[in-house]
Amino acid sequence: MGELSRFWRESDHRYRLVAHKCGNCDRVYFPPRDVCPTCHRESVGKMEPIDLSGKGEVVSYTVVHEAPTPFTRQKPYILAIIKLDEGPSLTGQIVDSDPEEVDMGKRVHSVFRKVAEDGKSGIIQYGYKFVLD
Amino acid sequence: MSGIVSYGSYIPKYRIRPEEIARVWGEDAEKIKNGIYVISKSVPSPDEDVATISVEAARNALKRRPINPKHIGAIYIGSESHPYAVKPTATIVASALGADFNLFSADYEFACKAGTAGMQNVKAMVDAGNISYGIAIGSDTSQGAPGDVLEYTASAGGTAFLIGGEDVIAEINHTASVTSDTPDFWRREGQPYPTHGERFTGEPAYFKHTRAAAARIMEMAGTKPEDYDYAVFHQPNGKFPTRVAKILGFREEQYKDGLLTPVIGNTYSGAMMTGLSAILDKAKSGDRILAVSFGSGAGSDGFDITVTDAIGKMDRHAAPTIQDMLDNVKWVDYSIYAKFKKKIVVGENIA
Repeated sequence: MGELSRFWRESDHRYRLVAHKCGNCDRVYFPPRDVCPTCHRESVGKMEPIDLSGKGEVVSYTVVHEAPTPFTRQKPYILAIIKLDEGPSLTGQIVDSDPEEVDMGKRVHSVFRKVAEDGKSGIIQYGYKFVLD
Repeated sequence: MSGIVSYGSYIPKYRIRPEEIARVWGEDAEKIKNGIYVISKSVPSPDEDVATISVEAARNALKRRPINPKHIGAIYIGSESHPYAVKPTATIVASALGADFNLFSADYEFACKAGTAGMQNVKAMVDAGNISYGIAIGSDTSQGAPGDVLEYTASAGGTAFLIGGEDVIAEINHTASVTSDTPDFWRREGQPYPTHGERFTGEPAYFKHTRAAAARIMEMAGTKPEDYDYAVFHQPNGKFPTRVAKILGFREEQYKDGLLTPVIGNTYSGAMMTGLSAILDKAKSGDRILAVSFGSGAGSDGFDITVTDAIGKMDRHAAPTIQDMLDNVKWVDYSIYAKFKKKIVVGENIA
């Protein structure tokens, strides 16, 4: 049940890429943070939620051949570090492309996909992934 | 007058050809292609379902008309392949769009016309003054049993219409429905694949209801087939909509732009709505559209629609057009298709 409540708590940022922007220094954090690690106490009460565009570029990537069970139907699959246009970098899957189509510097945008299923009767976890522009 | 304020569709990137399905099952591909007039169909990837397709379609609608998602008053999703038996897809879509907590929502089911039933409901709520905007979505990852004729057409895709009373790009002048207890196609609770009445799906089901709803709409509107620039019908295959269009007196140039099943297959609840989306991609002010869905069981929803000046101000390329999605495809063979659609028995270490 711990996983259930965690995914429910995190649904805003997993579904809609909601980040936090520090009202003191304007840095953007994803996943959202309650306190800015640069401004510390100065940022308390000034962290504002913002919707990220989901647009960015591939900074680095790897191809996963030994996949955990929820991803076996997708292997080999591509896992990338994406630098979003608003600043934050995050890790996400690149889907609908073969590994040879992906390269560093290529532009991507986020899509809404199924991330994992908790067996045949458990909850379905949704979230962001990326496709090449 | 209320109507469509924006629209968006989503069709998965993967495709399979009937030749490949026929090769596996020892069928004559040419005979099947000529019988149902389908040359390819879309296939959802393993991480796509009705919730993901609905979200992408709705987001595409909001790209063309970026309203504040908190102003969406209702979300209704029609499908016969909702990911959960109990847990509404509409809740997931609402959360993904950032809709308000004060929201009318539900999942609808009426075979292939559940999405258009949602359109009627949202329009009625707008007309009644209950909401400013609502979203109706028709979306499916439809099921066809391996080896069954449905496997050649059952595909995936969906369309969302943002319906409201202001800045309407296509006014819904009239809508009407017909309903009867006709057992042409069904899926019992807990069964993975539907059952159909073969030829019984034709005359007493598809043709009777589609003809009746079209005739009723034209009677209400005082129109004739020649008054329409476009006509779009539910399209379980390429043949039925072509035949019903001709029976009603429509010409090929009126129905060809909304006929997508020959290239993407039957997207069930998304079928007629996605055809209408393809028409809106190219329609101009003043164009008149007759749109009729059909849901097995059975019933039809008809719409008389007039495109307004507002469509000229909309950036229709702010989201992918249907043609964009027809051009950007990846072909799969039957083995990959069977893996994606979970049609093969797997061991415990495969999800």
